[in-house]
Amino acid sequence: MACTRKILEVIKRKLIPNYGKQRFHTISKTFAEVNQEEASSKETHFGFETVKETEKAEKVYSVFETVASKYDAMNDAMSFGIHRIWKDIFIQRLSPTANTHLLDVAGGTGDIAFRFLKYLNVAGNLSGSVTVCDINNVMLDVGRSRAEKLGINGKQISWLQGDAENLPVDDASFSAYTIAFGIRNVTHIDKVLEEAYRVLRPGGRFMCLEFSQLNNRMLQWMYDQYSFQVIPVMGQLIAGQWKPYQYLVESIRQFPNQEDFKYMVEDAGFRHVSYENLSFGVVAIHSGFKL
Amino acid sequence: MLRKLQRVYQLRCTWSRTSIVPRRFFADVNDLNRIKFEEDFSSSHIETTRFQKFLLAVGSAAVSLLDPMRADMIAVMGETAGDTAIKYMLQKMQSDNEGQEILRNRPRINSRTVDLEKLRQMPDGTLGRTYIKFLDSNKVTPDSRLPVQFVDDIELAYVIQRYREVHDLFHTILGMPTNMLGEVTVKWVEAIQTRLPMCVGGALFGPLRLYPKQRQKYVKYYLPWAIETGTNCKFLMNVFYEHRWEQPIKELHKELHIKALQVPKS
Repeated sequence: MACTRKILEVIKRKLIPNYGKQRFHTISKTFAEVNQEEASSKETHFGFETVKETEKAEKVYSVFETVASKYDAMNDAMSFGIHRIWKDIFIQRLSPTANTHLLDVAGGTGDIAFRFLKYLNVAGNLSGSVTVCDINNVMLDVGRSRAEKLGINGKQISWLQGDAENLPVDDASFSAYTIAFGIRNVTHIDKVLEEAYRVLRPGGRFMCLEFSQLNNRMLQWMYDQYSFQVIPVMGQLIAGQWKPYQYLVESIRQFPNQEDFKYMVEDAGFRHVSYENLSFGVVAIHSGFKL
Repeated sequence: MLRKLQRVYQLRCTWSRTSIVPRRFFADVNDLNRIKFEEDFSSSHIETTRFQKFLLAVGSAAVSLLDPMRADMIAVMGETAGDTAIKYMLQKMQSDNEGQEILRNRPRINSRTVDLEKLRQMPDGTLGRTYIKFLDSNKVTPDSRLPVQFVDDIELAYVIQRYREVHDLFHTILGMPTNMLGEVTVKWVEAIQTRLPMCVGGALFGPLRLYPKQRQKYVKYYLPWAIETGTNCKFLMNVFYEHRWEQPIKELHKELHIKALQVPKS
């Protein structure tokens, strides 16, 4: 056993590099080039704009960098404070216990993480641990300073910078995965769902809170009018920025509806997938289990 | 020597045979300015519906009143609430020779277009020297002006952009500092001349934030002087400041019918 392993190691380290190096390298190089070409010519949506897939992540990063300082104030203004209720219901649906290890992806300023800890810290009994992961350092900084202001113990919460499509996390290391208002901003939703499946333990739960489509045409029309006419104006007045909020309302329209997203979650391997509409479908909570 | 002359002759011949492309280098600098403004305009312009313009006007007016430090809100209010006033300013500029020159050339005032070092070298008492002294002592920069976002017509957009950029020059010519008192005085002059709602609002509501001593001075000296200057002096937007950096301020005052304010020291 040990000697076969050693032989394999020798082969890996000495023979392949020296013997097959040139051929190996040229073959892998052409594959990489072809892949890159395909990837760089592939296009995706950024709001109603069409951009290259390689550019989308950068553009989203700069949107959130710009809005980070006024993010929470704008959330309150745009939803008239209702986003707090949505997030409260989200955590109640998750119903965490003291043994839950939560990974909150695209968690930025920490709204979900703080609510998770509050749910568990009943009667001063500190329990539960959460890792907040976000691709954007500026949003994480805002979250860190909020945690300090709230006096949250550093042992219960940790902040991780990482890409949801490629999490710097081991396999099967969390029992719950949440992503709130983040999944519509990623470039490849299917990759994010696969990563979610990878990092969850068997029995782990995937939960997603995201803007979705209303089931009533009249209400959808009113929601559209409010979104496109009022929200960018609010962004200009409160945060001094128009374009990030134009992107926000456009990206909501580009995200798949409740049923389609449910199929995508099932495709990633989750079972017992269900969704619940809040506020007539303005937001939807999708839930699935790794069984 | 002969070789040099031959070389010069050769160059002249090649230049005259060249195509249009290098001739652009000798094109009017002002054409490039015009085109540059069109580029800037299209990159910063945002499409808005009438309802959105209305919301922006009301919202920015409210925010400017509540927080006068939000310079971007004051700028947005100038653009969205001032449609009639901007058209009036455009018409006044089009009916004056110097104004027409400004509209044709579309000059911009920022640290890239104005050689601030050169202005520092100018003799005291000239417009250029006084302007740079004003910028340095009040610690302001000509780059702090936002681009126009919500005006759809490029001619009107240029008028409001020009208004924003010469605001500091108004301070210089009128001899007003950037404290609350000086700003309110300049706003009065601008309100009378340009009729912008943003200036009228600033002129009427600004004094509410003055301290009692300042308010006394304001009522006794600054306000009457501002009204008199605003009504009597020439339309300040029609002055091509970039051509007048070397002009002594006193001469400029005479030309524009401005009497400098004298506040007796009590």
